[in-house]
Amino acid sequence: MKKDIILAGVGGQGILSIATMIGVAVVDKGLYVKQAEVHGMSQRGGDVQSHLRISDQPIYSDLIPMGKADMIISIEPMESLRYLPYLHPQTGWLITNSTPFINISNYPDEEEVKKEIAKIKNHVLINADAIAKDSGNSKAANMVILGAASLHLGIDFDALKKAIHASFGRKGEDVVNSNIAALEAGRQAAEEYETKHQ
Amino acid sequence: MKRVILLGDEAIAQGAIDAGMSGIFAYPGTPSTEITEYVQHSKEAKEKGIRSAWSSNEKTACEAALGMSYAGKRSMCCMKHVGVNVAADNFVNAAVTGVNGGFIFVAADDPSMHSSQNEQDSRFYGNFALVPILEPSNQQEAYNMVRYGFEYSERIKLPVMLRITTRLAHSRSGVNVQEKLAQNELKFPENPNQFVLLPAIARKNYKALIAKQPEMEQEGMKSGFNQYIDGEDKSLGIIACGIGYNYLMENFKDGKCPHPILKISQYPLPKEWIAKLVDSCEKVLVLEEGMPVVEEQLRGILNRGANVIGRLDGAVPRDGELNPNIVAKALGLHDAFGLNIPELVAPRPPKLCDGCPHIDSYNALNEVLKPYGKGRVFSDIGCYTLGFLDPFNAINSTVDMGASITMAKGAADAGLVPAVAVIGDSTFTHSGMTGLLDCVNDKSPVTILILDNETTGMTGGQDSSALGKLEQICEGIGVEKEHIRILKPLRKNHDEMLQAISEELAYNGVSVIIPRRECIQTLNKRMRAKFANKK
Repeated sequence: MKKDIILAGVGGQGILSIATMIGVAVVDKGLYVKQAEVHGMSQRGGDVQSHLRISDQPIYSDLIPMGKADMIISIEPMESLRYLPYLHPQTGWLITNSTPFINISNYPDEEEVKKEIAKIKNHVLINADAIAKDSGNSKAANMVILGAASLHLGIDFDALKKAIHASFGRKGEDVVNSNIAALEAGRQAAEEYETKHQ
Repeated sequence: MKRVILLGDEAIAQGAIDAGMSGIFAYPGTPSTEITEYVQHSKEAKEKGIRSAWSSNEKTACEAALGMSYAGKRSMCCMKHVGVNVAADNFVNAAVTGVNGGFIFVAADDPSMHSSQNEQDSRFYGNFALVPILEPSNQQEAYNMVRYGFEYSERIKLPVMLRITTRLAHSRSGVNVQEKLAQNELKFPENPNQFVLLPAIARKNYKALIAKQPEMEQEGMKSGFNQYIDGEDKSLGIIACGIGYNYLMENFKDGKCPHPILKISQYPLPKEWIAKLVDSCEKVLVLEEGMPVVEEQLRGILNRGANVIGRLDGAVPRDGELNPNIVAKALGLHDAFGLNIPELVAPRPPKLCDGCPHIDSYNALNEVLKPYGKGRVFSDIGCYTLGFLDPFNAINSTVDMGASITMAKGAADAGLVPAVAVIGDSTFTHSGMTGLLDCVNDKSPVTILILDNETTGMTGGQDSSALGKLEQICEGIGVEKEHIRILKPLRKNHDEMLQAISEELAYNGVSVIIPRRECIQTLNKRMRAKFANKK
């Protein structure tokens, strides 16, 4: 088993929470994990990415080689495109939120961004912000995207739910349930998207 | 054995706690900050009474760590690579004094300048000071090296440099932790003259330091961190330093490289093994994360010896960090690539946060300076450096910690009046105070804005040594009381700020303006914590 995942977004959007959930979900499965993060200057509203690598064999590099990533998981549509050089051109999946985060004056036309995403062979484009709101936690767009990615992660879905329990447990039952609802809604939305675009 | 997931930085911190460290001394700086933060947040460290509060700068940190070593205890100081410049006076001389308790000097380099103004390689400093350098290739090695480093430091009686780079510092992986060691007892140095570097003693100490070099080289072939891994295909031999080893192995299935490899994680370099590699291979590729330190030594000035390739001939790019693809290319392997980035993807540089007090300060400063034209604002290292970018375009320099005040002084002394310095509160107490004294002594016509957000912002909101002390410090240094102005940078106070800045620009002497408002990030964090507690 080997999964190389690029997590993408803008500083402050919560990509590291996605990485943490995946890490917690696999930690007792006897797998090797490496996760390179961005700290420091870029966190101030700039583009951020994390390289998450999971394998049943020892992992050497902290960085994913270009052209070899199994998945890009992004909380922001334009940011999902920034890391395409890493994605495996045939087998790689791009899973992204469609809600843009616009904090620059030259943000491209939203429809054009969507068109570029639609060109990727294996992709899921869903409005994670809206889905999160509908499922009762407007802050859980990252969990929606994780749910959408779960179809191709190769990680037991229940293990992800348990990871949410373990990570959000101390914040109370409501927070746990709304994050799990977001996770499930994201998975369902991705299933629907994939069926429609097959 | 317990296995935990840790950042490289955290592995160093936990390694130090487990190895009986008594104190850690540091000034925040990416990518080193998380080492000290981990100790500060560790319950175990608190119970063991391990000292961990922030120091004013890297030099004071290094000196205090040396003092703790003098007293027989194990100590660590941590900094980013450019912090090594600040600490260098103490670090280089600590090699001449030697140590008593184990002393590890952690230098975290930032090749590719993710959060830095240069990509200097701290191994130069280690070699220059003639001390052993450890360079881990992964998180587990980082953990192990701290324990070994303390023990070795005490055995060879020298500071040991632990050199890491950004990718190791900020990458998580599983680490097996070892049994806990007790802290050392308080103990004077055996030789009471050891730390007295009068020339007569320093000469003796220095000769002893030089005499230790062969032993240090032998140690690097015994400790296990350097490894000679033979291979069938002698058309190429590879020297892989630090995490360069990982990028090399990433390119071979199941970790089976056909070429002989010399893995380097400890310096001075093992000459014997290098000779063996060079003699048995047609060509030698040097992979190092940072500058071509090893490669230059191998080539020598005339480059007439070994057939070496690396950063100096373009086999590997001359600057920037390594990655698996760069190494693949250097090995002549197929270099994979995904898809091109669509043209419409726009850069998204970091920026000042919404609600940041610096925004109000720059808006006021820009307006006041308009009639004078551009080119008069010397800035410094911190979040406010982002004032260079749109829409502010407010600053004209950022060089090193504290340089805003002294560069403004030099420019004012040259006749550029008004000249303005913009510096943060934490940077001011790090390296701005002595420059301010120069200004006062010369009565240089400078206007200094100390943007006081009551924290060390850029590195994530660490306690600032300046908190609650700025006015008294400035007054104590000799700035006239009526020219120390405290403002609250808010949009509604814009006119008041304009007036204060204009008045001080017009003053032919030293003025300090302190726009004071808490960092929006630490404020939000504090409010969230308060709210959570109320629930």
